[in-house]
Amino acid sequence: MDYLKTVALVAGKDLRTELRSRDQVVTLLFFALLVLVVFNFAFDFTVIDFVTLGAGVLWVAFIFSGVLALSHSFQIEREEERIQGILLAPIDRSAFYLGKVLATILFMSVVEAILVPVSVLMFNYHFSAQVGLAILVLILNTIGFAAVGTLFSAMTTRTRRSELLLPLLLFPAAVPVALAAVKTTSHVLAGRPFERYASWLALSAAYDLIFLSAAVLLFDFVLEE
Amino acid sequence: MTRNVRDLAQDLLYLIVLLLVPACLYVVFAVVPTEQRMGVVQRIFYFHVPCAFAAFLGVALCALFSALYLKTRDRRHDIVAHASAELGVLFCTIVLVTGPIWARPVWGVWWTGEVRLTSTLVLWLIYVGYLVLRQNAENPDQAARWGAVVGIVGALDVPIIYKSVEWWRGLHPRVLKVSGGGGLDPAMEKALMLCTVTILLLFLYLLIQRSRLGLLQEQIEALAFAERRAPASAGAAPHPTGARS
Amino acid sequence: MSGGAPPGPEATSAALRARSLGKRYGSFPALDRIDLEIPAGQFVLLLGPNGAGKSTLLRLFATLIRPTSGEVLIHGAPAAGEEAAGLRRRIGLLSHHTFLYDHLTGRENLLFYARLYGLPDPGRAARDALRAVGLEERSEDLVRTYSRGMQQRLAIARASLHAPDILLLDEPFTGLDREATDRLQDNLRRAREARRTCVMATHDFAAGVPLADRVVILRAGRVALDRAAAGLDAAAVETLFRNTTRPVAEGVERSWTT
Repeated sequence: MDYLKTVALVAGKDLRTELRSRDQVVTLLFFALLVLVVFNFAFDFTVIDFVTLGAGVLWVAFIFSGVLALSHSFQIEREEERIQGILLAPIDRSAFYLGKVLATILFMSVVEAILVPVSVLMFNYHFSAQVGLAILVLILNTIGFAAVGTLFSAMTTRTRRSELLLPLLLFPAAVPVALAAVKTTSHVLAGRPFERYASWLALSAAYDLIFLSAAVLLFDFVLEE
Repeated sequence: MTRNVRDLAQDLLYLIVLLLVPACLYVVFAVVPTEQRMGVVQRIFYFHVPCAFAAFLGVALCALFSALYLKTRDRRHDIVAHASAELGVLFCTIVLVTGPIWARPVWGVWWTGEVRLTSTLVLWLIYVGYLVLRQNAENPDQAARWGAVVGIVGALDVPIIYKSVEWWRGLHPRVLKVSGGGGLDPAMEKALMLCTVTILLLFLYLLIQRSRLGLLQEQIEALAFAERRAPASAGAAPHPTGARS
Repeated sequence: MSGGAPPGPEATSAALRARSLGKRYGSFPALDRIDLEIPAGQFVLLLGPNGAGKSTLLRLFATLIRPTSGEVLIHGAPAAGEEAAGLRRRIGLLSHHTFLYDHLTGRENLLFYARLYGLPDPGRAARDALRAVGLEERSEDLVRTYSRGMQQRLAIARASLHAPDILLLDEPFTGLDREATDRLQDNLRRAREARRTCVMATHDFAAGVPLADRVVILRAGRVALDRAAAGLDAAAVETLFRNTTRPVAEGVERSWTT
């Protein structure tokens, strides 16, 4: 119970600071929108079907803005050595990790919740997907990305080349979620039967479970000074 | 005494590898018959496939010694884990170079989205990331801990990556079987076995040498620190110094 | 052992104890076989040139890093593994970094830390701490609007929020003006009167020496001098410091620590 309270406390603190400084959320959104606009120019969507390419375009936008959110998440803790204040507290450090993951998932969800409708309008797509399934697909894959990303960004933000190192480590490691995300999203957008992509969802769920547990066990070693 | 035994074993391993490598070359180029459909380029598979095994061995050993390091905090475990990752990247690079050389004449393209090759590229990227991250750590302690975390996460990720890329492409059944395994001439099979044993022994030899080198490097550094600190701990004549902050 | 440490109830077991403590960064020995016993209620001034191991020792005491050899005992209990989390409750750390969040108000910062420590009444703890450092009127303002001195006062409130009986101070005077330094000294004097165990690493002899019961000088990762501070003034300590430490090649000392 105390453990969950700590998770919520850390996530709540992140939400409050980020919403108050505002630049974070606004930057994320504009960045993600920019990606959409670039793709809108790059491909002629009157010719190419949105179902074929839309899922890929969307996830490029989510993943790129996700990397921004992840590195910012720990840059905040590195400034003024706030991380030491956290490390000094008598808490289970994996609770701090899960709090960070939760906050990242929430930020990415905000971006996703705004971007999906915008892209539907932008690319003149007739949206007929089941909303519940779409949310499930987005959430499952966002969790996996945030789980590995948070573990890595706790390391890379200590280095001088964090903005380069985080994607270098994270993109290859996140290939399974990226593939699962694009596949399932395009199936959902096309309104195809659930059975067609159920195994992909299982893969995402397995990825989430494996790396959340691994990170909970390994996080202590990352933060130790 | 034990030291001598160990040195002897290493020399023996060195000798075996020294004899096996030319033997492999001889067998691959002079003994084994040429594959009828693919022609002479097929011979590259006698190196391509064993190098892939060596790369996987590197990944597995890196994860194993990473876990041991986190448990024991013994520097030697980290040195072996680091060496395994380096060799993994080395052999993986050979796989990625030899693959397209084979693909060009046989498939008519240098690079396709072939499942195993794509997955191997992703694997290669992860372990290059491992090496770059270590280089950017603040001190060897941190490099060791970070390396261990990435080494373990990477090894967990590899099977999932292979599975997901396979699903993504839709199954490409028996790509490797046709060229390397299924319906092989017995002579080809034996040659592949010989090459696999040779490459794995070479891997082992390089791993031992690289680990010893890493250990010696640390010992030299430690000696250098001790040397440069010696005058300070001799408690010699007082010397003025400012309190710099 | 020294003039200013009257035997308290916990004097029998030292508040902090380093037992042949060593820390290596790879092959670089930051600390080498340190043996120190700090009785409860003592104020220890930790001196030494850059890279001598002051910060490393404080971080080891704070359980922020893991020793390579030897151990740290906090009130007789080994500070390792599962125990460490509980022992952290007894420790407060103040450094020249404030650990405060710019975009939270003074009160929100303290509330966050109070909850992190699982204090029974976080609201009250935050209020009391704000009053103790005289920041009640500014408690609803964002920390980014505070002056450096005010931020450091809030940092003191943060460090002592959970009423730790051991205070570790890492260069707390860095970046403070005269007035803020005086205030911090006042706070530390009060901590000393309250019989809190304090270990302070500093380069500021004038501010540090009047508070100290004992002076420990580190050089190249070893204890070079350890004596009672009774009868010493800042100038005397500075002379001692010069006599015990000699400039050590900057490159060697800093290569792994920066």
